[in-house]
Amino acid sequence: MENIIRIENLIFDYPREEGKDVLRAIKGISLDIEKGSFTAVIGRNGSGKSTLAKLLNGLYVPTEGVIYVENWDTADDNHVWDVRQTAGMVFQNPDNQLVSSIVEDDVAFGPENIGTAPDEIRTRVNKALNDVRMGEYRLKAPHMLSGGQKQRVAIAGVLAMKPKCIIFDEPTAMLDPKGRHDVLRIIKNLNAEGITTILITHFMDEAVQADRVLIINDGEIILDGNPAEVFSHADEIKDAGLDVPVAVELAVRLRKRGIKIPDDVITVEDMVDFICQYK
Amino acid sequence: MIRDITLGQYYSVDSPIHRRDPRIKILSVVMYIAALFIVENFIGFVMAAAALGLAVAVSKVPIGFIMRGLKPIIFILIFTFSINIFMINGRVLWKLGFLEVTDNGLYTAAFMSVRLILLIIGTSLLTFTTTPIKLTDGMERLLYPLSKIGVPTHEIAMMMSISLRFIPTLMEETDKIIKAQQARGADFESGNLIARAKSLVPILVPLFVSAFRIALDLAMAMEARCYSGGKNRTRMNGMKINSGDLIFMAANILFFAATITLRIWR
Repeated sequence: MENIIRIENLIFDYPREEGKDVLRAIKGISLDIEKGSFTAVIGRNGSGKSTLAKLLNGLYVPTEGVIYVENWDTADDNHVWDVRQTAGMVFQNPDNQLVSSIVEDDVAFGPENIGTAPDEIRTRVNKALNDVRMGEYRLKAPHMLSGGQKQRVAIAGVLAMKPKCIIFDEPTAMLDPKGRHDVLRIIKNLNAEGITTILITHFMDEAVQADRVLIINDGEIILDGNPAEVFSHADEIKDAGLDVPVAVELAVRLRKRGIKIPDDVITVEDMVDFICQYK
Repeated sequence: MIRDITLGQYYSVDSPIHRRDPRIKILSVVMYIAALFIVENFIGFVMAAAALGLAVAVSKVPIGFIMRGLKPIIFILIFTFSINIFMINGRVLWKLGFLEVTDNGLYTAAFMSVRLILLIIGTSLLTFTTTPIKLTDGMERLLYPLSKIGVPTHEIAMMMSISLRFIPTLMEETDKIIKAQQARGADFESGNLIARAKSLVPILVPLFVSAFRIALDLAMAMEARCYSGGKNRTRMNGMKINSGDLIFMAANILFFAATITLRIWR
């Protein structure tokens, strides 16, 4: 498969503040993201995962190393708009990323910025809002919506720019369980439609739904693989200050008691199935 | 509680007034304000009130909603009324100590209050019937000639629309901070004026901090969505003047001309 994002020896330092040492947030990451894949990035607070997201979108420029998004160098000023159009970004706080007082105008903001023709904007806005099932709210004001609905509008705003890849930077961290569920379902639908998805999260039950899981600790990738592989290293994950999914935790403990549980049992559903069929 | 303020909010309904081009509406309101200051007699005010009443009726915005918008200015209204009623010389109608109510005073106070009320209703009708984004778009287009001499009209319009968008967000933030402070025993409701003003400091400081944080987040989100100022930007809803707009404008010019005539003729 073709790679949409290539990261080579990436290092990123936050600029030096008075009297402080340079803060090195990313300490040498090399990584390829396949077109159409669904990658979850997990790490605790301060591990560098949000920094990585902002680097992918060209909001930050690498201190060392290169990031290519569809063969465009994110540090190249001539292509920064191409990069941001290709790799859209949804942020954590649903309130602070909506620009307009009307839902549909907000969705139109991105396409307007890149100079899309008015008729085309209208079509894209309607489609994007329907894709996130917010069509009936198109004339509402964002502050009348729930957190999950606002986040869906934010996703529509990115979709209207027709990105090939969307980076979700902890999109569900500030939502209630219902909102989380809705947003996650939309993320999965979009991925199924062929949009490359990078989901940054600290919810393990979200990560197990991805094709690939990356665990980042202290600016480095410590584990990389499909969810079953990654979560089989439960001890290393815990050392990085993270929890493992409930089902994995249970599996680890059951294995200690001598029950043979296959490695690919990582979701609650898998576990329920396994236990029901266990003889 | 804070959310009750209707002044400056959009009332979502479809009406002929809502459909008018924002530029036309802004110009009309400017003309209406000018007319209110030209008018100086009873007939003029009746005319202005009637014109506004007609516009309100056509706009389908409920009277109650409009009246709620007047609430925040009641204090200013009472203040203006009292100043005018007591401070203007004329034939004394009624006397209480050093306070004198004169015929001229009463007359002016009434005029001033009516003028203020019509002014507020007239301008708030503009915001009730025009979405903030259309309003700022309209402003941007109207101010466009100024951009030729270096005035950043797009940036000004963007700033206005963002502040309108974030009023409710900051209100919620304020509510949250007040509740958090109250939960820890802060007292905002007793003491004299100075004590109360002082108790606002622990609200304002965190509010400023969060306003900066929101601004930072928003700036990043806007950049991520390819915002690069007004250059090469298109709009989803282009603006076109149609026959309805022309009729509306003509009616306004007629009204404006009538007020001027009334003033000169008297």
